[in-house]
Amino acid sequence: MGNETSMHFQSSYAQDKDIQVVAFKLGQEEYAVDIVNVMEINRLTNITRVPRTTGYIEGVINLRGNIIPLINLHTKFGIAASGAEDDKRIIVFQYDDIKAGIIVDEVSEVLRLSEKEIEQIDKIYNAINSEQITGIAKINDRLLILLDIKKIFES
Amino acid sequence: MSMDMSQYLDVFLEESKEHLNNLNEQLLELEKNSGDSAALNEIFRAAHTLKGMSSTMGFEDLADLTHHMENVLSDVKEGMLQVSSGVIDILFKCFDRLQMLIEQIEAGGSGAVDNSDLIVALENIKTSNCETAAVIEPTTAEMSDQRIMTSSAKEDFSFNEYDITVLKEAASRNLNIYYIKVMVDDSCLMKSVRAFMVFKALEEDGEIIKSNPSAQDLDEGKFDTTFELTYISKITQDVIISRLNTISEIQIPAIRALDVNMVSAASRTANTAPDHEVIDHDVNSHKKNHKTKQTVRVDIERLDNLMNLVGELVMHKGRLEQIGASSKLVELNETIEQIDRISTDLQSVVMKVRMVPIEQVFNRFPRMVRDLAKELNKEVDFLVEGKETELDRTVIDEIGDPLVHLIRNAIDHGLESPEERIKNGKPERGTLMLRARHEGNNVYIEVEDDGWGINIAKIKERAVAKGIVTAKEAEQLSRDETFDLLFNAGFSTSEKVTDISGRGVGLDVVKTKIESLSGEIFIDSTPGQGTRFKIKLPLTLAIIQALMIAVKDEIYAVPLSSVDETTMIRSDDIKMVQNQEVIMLRGNVLPLFRLAGLLKVPGITTQDEDMYVVVVRKAEKQIGLVVDRLIGQQEIVIKSLGKMLVGIPGIAGAIVAGDGNVRLILDITTLF
Repeated sequence: MGNETSMHFQSSYAQDKDIQVVAFKLGQEEYAVDIVNVMEINRLTNITRVPRTTGYIEGVINLRGNIIPLINLHTKFGIAASGAEDDKRIIVFQYDDIKAGIIVDEVSEVLRLSEKEIEQIDKIYNAINSEQITGIAKINDRLLILLDIKKIFES
Repeated sequence: MSMDMSQYLDVFLEESKEHLNNLNEQLLELEKNSGDSAALNEIFRAAHTLKGMSSTMGFEDLADLTHHMENVLSDVKEGMLQVSSGVIDILFKCFDRLQMLIEQIEAGGSGAVDNSDLIVALENIKTSNCETAAVIEPTTAEMSDQRIMTSSAKEDFSFNEYDITVLKEAASRNLNIYYIKVMVDDSCLMKSVRAFMVFKALEEDGEIIKSNPSAQDLDEGKFDTTFELTYISKITQDVIISRLNTISEIQIPAIRALDVNMVSAASRTANTAPDHEVIDHDVNSHKKNHKTKQTVRVDIERLDNLMNLVGELVMHKGRLEQIGASSKLVELNETIEQIDRISTDLQSVVMKVRMVPIEQVFNRFPRMVRDLAKELNKEVDFLVEGKETELDRTVIDEIGDPLVHLIRNAIDHGLESPEERIKNGKPERGTLMLRARHEGNNVYIEVEDDGWGINIAKIKERAVAKGIVTAKEAEQLSRDETFDLLFNAGFSTSEKVTDISGRGVGLDVVKTKIESLSGEIFIDSTPGQGTRFKIKLPLTLAIIQALMIAVKDEIYAVPLSSVDETTMIRSDDIKMVQNQEVIMLRGNVLPLFRLAGLLKVPGITTQDEDMYVVVVRKAEKQIGLVVDRLIGQQEIVIKSLGKMLVGIPGIAGAIVAGDGNVRLILDITTLF
């Protein structure tokens, strides 16, 4: 259960409204989540299916004796999975007393975003999921969709 | 002097609850026997302590109310006031108010409540019976004088080799060594707080190397009014005195510099034995009703954590055993055996740590029974047996409400009024028994009354009227089946059914609760002689025996408590009844459910001639569960699926299996 340590940390100095995010891929899209709530990033382990739950509960895993539910954002957002099986990761979050994880196709990097790089999204973007998206960051020609992980877990 | 008291709030709350509990208990004793001076003294002592504690903590209303209570109590003690039921009632009311105040403080409130109604009532009791409040003051003053006299303790210390080394070293570094005697005011009741403050003030600039009584005893308040310290510091005597003088309720009767050489000489002659004797004696007389076992309060979360880790350890031990078995290394296997033994012990110790005596729950009942009996004009002798029976914390927290329900029912509907009892040739006072005992891996709790008993004919009548059963069905019901009707939700929703000895008021709720604790509840009753409710509970909800089963590629755990048997059937044994698969099992019709279908297990269904059936019990009914394979029986550590996955029908929780995979535990009551 080795934690993923080979991540690139952008060397930029903390500014007032900077946030640090973990960027990852879902299908062809790039997403990011605030690092504050990220507990750890793991390789895929055996997932136990939980019957009688909604489709986007992928199952539960054992993380050092703790049972962690996993959410499948692919099914939730209707995105086809892509990339190599070996690149897939589980990002485990912790906030309040909830621990839960998401499955992503690839974790790309940890980076720092300043407020001006983040654009508030219009409700037009996606009526269903706009609640769970806090904004879109533009870095060079990349678009990172910022997810509000609490909203995702609560929905 | 600003001192953060918040760190003492927890201690204050815990202790005041204990005192309150004690007050209630002893007052009940006193009510039974108004001449019980031991109980009276205990009440007085507890009230006095509570008063002191609350005024130290700054909860003035709490202190004020206890002060007035104390006045009344001291009149009783002096024989100036009779223990009438009026006095007892007012005191109970005061206890309730104190309870409320403490709960309010616990919830973060200020503890400010207008108690003038009760204070007036207390004053009225006093003045109507006696006018000698003034007489009491001098007596208490006298008493405290005496206490000061006796508390002038001896000054010599005994030092061990280590202490002397430390002292010598201090002297070589030109540090001053002081002997300090500190006296806490007699009126101060949170003495440990004062002691703590003294320690804190001194340790800013030095080190306390010795104290008499020990720091631990001081911390627990196990000292009279004085304590002695040996203190190493560079600061001067005057600085020490001025610093200590800022602490209120503290005096320094003696302080002097010590000579190391003198000390070492003294130590050889000093005899430690009498010292110990004095302390022991003190503790015994101080806490007569409490065993002086040393305890630690631990956050339950930490225990859960510990339990988690032990579970992990056991799991990895399993892997190690597998490796050991294949490697055939004698030395390795011996070590593994040792680890096995230790981890088994560790597991049982951790389990025991989580066990709490059921006393915690039972303690509030005597008071409740008394109040209820009074309210309903019944005479009740309430007997409790097996208070010391231990149960897992998780069960203890949940069992209170159902028991309250049963006890209320028993007093309200189970027991007759005194007149009716006499008419029926029974003793005037009814008896209500509350029993707890261990039996195997279960705990049994019984609530038994010697009242009306259950009238079977009337229950049937009622059930028919309610449409729960048809008249024809009702005729065929056995005795036990009839009793079970009482647990039917439809039976109890209506107005009180006092005319049929009223059982059934909310009994469905009780049953649901007990079943959620993996327990069972039984009724036994003899008309005219009484009724007994028997609750069977598992010792713990954290570790249970389970049957591991497999359906296609998935593995599940079925709690053994809901499994009656396992059997193998042939597919042509299956019959259809109203589109429902059934088999005949020893003459009984057993409905069959296929687990793969119930849980929509993915994968290809194989058609085998032979099928495994797990016969499970759901509310007295047997159901056959078709599974693909039986893996075996196993002790499992239950884990919660967490907030996100709470309340999935049919799933009770999860376990981490020996191979590190998560397996789900089936909840038979909600599976179908």
